[in-house]
Amino acid sequence: MGFLEELRTLFPPGRLLTKEAELAPYESDALTAYRKRPLAVALPERKEEVVEAVRLCYRHGVPFVARGSGTSLSGGSLPVEGGLVLALNRMNRILRLDPKARMAVVEPGVVNLEVSRRAAPFGLYYAPDPSSQPISTLGGNVAFNSGGAHCLKYGMTAGHVLALEVVTPKGEVVRLGGESLEGVGPDLHGFFVGTEGLLGVALEITLRLLPKPEAYHTLLAAYGSLEAAGNAVSQVIRSGLLPGAMEIMDRLAIEAAEAAVKAGYPQVEALLIVELEGPKEEVEEEAKLLAQVIQESGATEVRIAQSEAERQAIWKGRKAAFSAVGRLSPDYLVQDGVVPRSRLGEALREIRRLSQAYGLRVANVFHAGDGNLHPLVLYDGKKPGELERAEELAGEILKLCVRLGGSLTGEHGIGVEKKGYMPKMFAPEDLLAMERVKEALDPKGLANRGKVLPDHGQSPHQGGLKTDLGELYA
Amino acid sequence: MPEVFASSLEEVQETVRAHPRLRPKGGGSKPALSSPQEGETLLNLSGLRGILEYAPEEFVFTAYAGTPLKEIEETLRTHGQYLPFHPPLVEQGATLGGTVAAGLSGPMRERFGGLRDFILGVRFVDGEGRAVRGGGKVVKNAAGFPFHRLMVGSLGALGVMVELSFKVFPYPRATRTLRVGLAKRAEALAALEHLRTLPLDLLALDLVPPATLEIRLGGFPESLEKRVQRLQSLLQREGEVLREDEAHWEGVRNLAFLKESPIWVKVPSRLDLIPMLEGLPLGPRRYLAGGELLYAGLDPEGLRALRERAIPHLVLKGEAQQALYPPPPEAFFAPIKRALDPKGRFPLG
Ligand SMILES: Cc1cc2nc3c(=O)[nH]c(=O)nc-3n(C[C@H](O)[C@H](O)[C@H](O)COP(=O)(O)OP(=O)(O)OC[C@H]3O[C@@H](n4cnc5c(N)ncnc54)[C@H](O)[C@@H]3O)c2cc1C
Ligand SMILES: Cc1cc2nc3c(=O)[nH]c(=O)nc-3n(C[C@H](O)[C@H](O)[C@H](O)COP(=O)(O)OP(=O)(O)OC[C@H]3O[C@@H](n4cnc5c(N)ncnc54)[C@H](O)[C@@H]3O)c2cc1C
Repeated sequence: MGFLEELRTLFPPGRLLTKEAELAPYESDALTAYRKRPLAVALPERKEEVVEAVRLCYRHGVPFVARGSGTSLSGGSLPVEGGLVLALNRMNRILRLDPKARMAVVEPGVVNLEVSRRAAPFGLYYAPDPSSQPISTLGGNVAFNSGGAHCLKYGMTAGHVLALEVVTPKGEVVRLGGESLEGVGPDLHGFFVGTEGLLGVALEITLRLLPKPEAYHTLLAAYGSLEAAGNAVSQVIRSGLLPGAMEIMDRLAIEAAEAAVKAGYPQVEALLIVELEGPKEEVEEEAKLLAQVIQESGATEVRIAQSEAERQAIWKGRKAAFSAVGRLSPDYLVQDGVVPRSRLGEALREIRRLSQAYGLRVANVFHAGDGNLHPLVLYDGKKPGELERAEELAGEILKLCVRLGGSLTGEHGIGVEKKGYMPKMFAPEDLLAMERVKEALDPKGLANRGKVLPDHGQSPHQGGLKTDLGELYA
Repeated sequence: MPEVFASSLEEVQETVRAHPRLRPKGGGSKPALSSPQEGETLLNLSGLRGILEYAPEEFVFTAYAGTPLKEIEETLRTHGQYLPFHPPLVEQGATLGGTVAAGLSGPMRERFGGLRDFILGVRFVDGEGRAVRGGGKVVKNAAGFPFHRLMVGSLGALGVMVELSFKVFPYPRATRTLRVGLAKRAEALAALEHLRTLPLDLLALDLVPPATLEIRLGGFPESLEKRVQRLQSLLQREGEVLREDEAHWEGVRNLAFLKESPIWVKVPSRLDLIPMLEGLPLGPRRYLAGGELLYAGLDPEGLRALRERAIPHLVLKGEAQQALYPPPPEAFFAPIKRALDPKGRFPLG
């Protein structure tokens, strides 16, 4: 039997898509500039089906891509041409929620926000909160080690995953980690998180839950320049405070957010959101210190949320900023580089210069506490050459981040989009070690083939991302 | 027993290439893990020390793996910062690399998480003598395979760590400790369970068998009194309040309570497992971090009991045929081991 026939014995007709029209929605992820036609899309409902499908792929040498909600912004869930897409959205059950153990066991297709929603009656929540949390899945979060506004204090997804059940690319099922916060032996589940689906498919995920903070203090401060807002962040850190979140938006992002959700933001050059959280007595004391620091930082206007509704209003604009920028431009590329916090000002100045040099607008919304930039490079895909120019500008920003001692990505992953830049951040021996691990676990190179590891510059996009591989391997 | 010293990346590389079987050692504070076995050469890394980069404003430092934690913590202290996972055995000479390799956290892990939550990057020498970097030097990073997390608990099996980068946090301005004795174990466990689900931001929450809770708070001095009172009313006990609690917790994190025991183990624990664990012939012991982490002192009978019940554990000190139980899962670990240490120079298979 051929591969497809065998697949048909595994999945009933409604759950195996092979027709052109059915495949179209799966041809890209949220980075729609890249498209690939898969051979088929399977919609498993149980982990046994995923395991059988992976084994089938191994036997036939067919590449496969696991997919959650396809919100990846780096082409991470882009299909492999002629390969299988395992769309895991239907595996969306919370298998166990144990408030006493502060733990939840979920299927990979469970949506991030759903975990917190279900934990809320027990006073608990799941801390990592990517802006995509109403739609992105935990499988995708695990693969990308996703983050959000609260990473400085609470860390990224890796810190909140206690255990994983994984099917390796060879079709073996393994349990990594355990149900305690502590383990013994190599942190294999910690290692799996962030490997972007290259080492297998997560079948079941054990998450730690945290008590919901008792009190919040949310402050919005306006500044006359992006640099001033950036300096305020350093001042907050220097004061010894550890806020739950510190976010900055620039004028373009503020305008977009305001037009989209009417958060009531002042129209200024830069807005800083600082949120303190913890026991109420502690937050009260911290708030006094924060008020002093912000006053000294030269804020032109300061608002403090007086109620949960006001707090939500402040966050609404921030959380909507990405999609809102879509109103300003037909297309945009989101970058996700990280710089040391003290170099934020320098990075932003250089981004502005690049934006002018390339004649493309760049909006900035970012996790300032982490030094995690999110420059949105606006372009019009219908104008010839504009995507290529946008990609080039995005590439310059990535290189800038590495040059300043940071990283290519803080949370969105390398995917296909940034793999050409991996040699900027990692030496050949570092990449070789990744390749050797990949090859040992996936000798046929099937799991999410063509992602993360640079492969001599083959870009999925016709225009082609500029890569510097020639330089590296020369 | 052959012993070689390496005090630079190049020397580690040369040593790895020159010796068929090696056992890395930092300071030797976990002798069950760092004592060489038959046929192994001891790779002494105590000379590979020093802080390479530290920017207090970034909450990040990078240091050589053989740097004693004591040295690192002293430097952090001068800037009001600390390692929130509160690594054990600092007084005994524990090094950064040995702590990562053993995967150890102390009582204050309760507040912000363990070692695995704070490691940001690593440079290590693999079994072929190649220098490999994983992770980075910024507080947030998702690029490439996270080799730094793989090193946590790796027992030197996948490479010799040379450099490590960590996230740090501001040290609380003031601390207080509340010690409350309850009548029975069941009562102590019920209280522990309740406290764990509340947003109290406890620095440490330990159970000292049979029924004493030790709770540490950190924050602004102005708020601490009120927070202590809140705890007292939650527990309906006055308890004993330690205002000068530093020395006490230093003793705990240096595992002073295990002193007389021939065998020291770390056991990943859970609230619901405590009654069962309490039925075993374990010696002095303490459950840290809300009951999630047990350090216990044993004699050979206690170790046998852990084995017989198939309870995962790591022997830090004392005679043990196999320090790590159970061995890591073959299907995932073996290929990684093969990729990074194809000649099997390092421990674990
Ligand atoms: C508007 C918007 C805002 C966003 N904001 C953030 C943010 O704040 N922080 C952030 O981190 N990200 C953000 N993202 C990016 C994205 O949402 C995250 O990366 C998310 O984790 C992807 O989840 P997904 O379910 O959509 O995964 P997909 O896009 O379907 O897949 C992502 C990757 O995960 C792999 N994968 C999926 N499931 C599994 C599995 N079970 N096992 C193994 N591999 C698997 C895929 O192969 C792919 O490589 C944002 C995206 C959008 C569109
Ligand atoms: C109760 C007690 C009291 C002590 N008191 C003193 C004292 O007062 N003065 C004194 O000088 N010494 C003392 N020692 C000995 C001493 O502690 C040590 O010499 C040593 O501190 C610390 O080693 P370590 O914690 O770094 O880990 P180690 O025990 O050296 O190693 C732990 C594990 O990590 C691995 N490892 C270590 N480094 C690396 C690396 N870079 N890469 C990969 N793997 C690695 C090892 O192979 C092993 O698996 C005492 C020991 C004990 C048990």
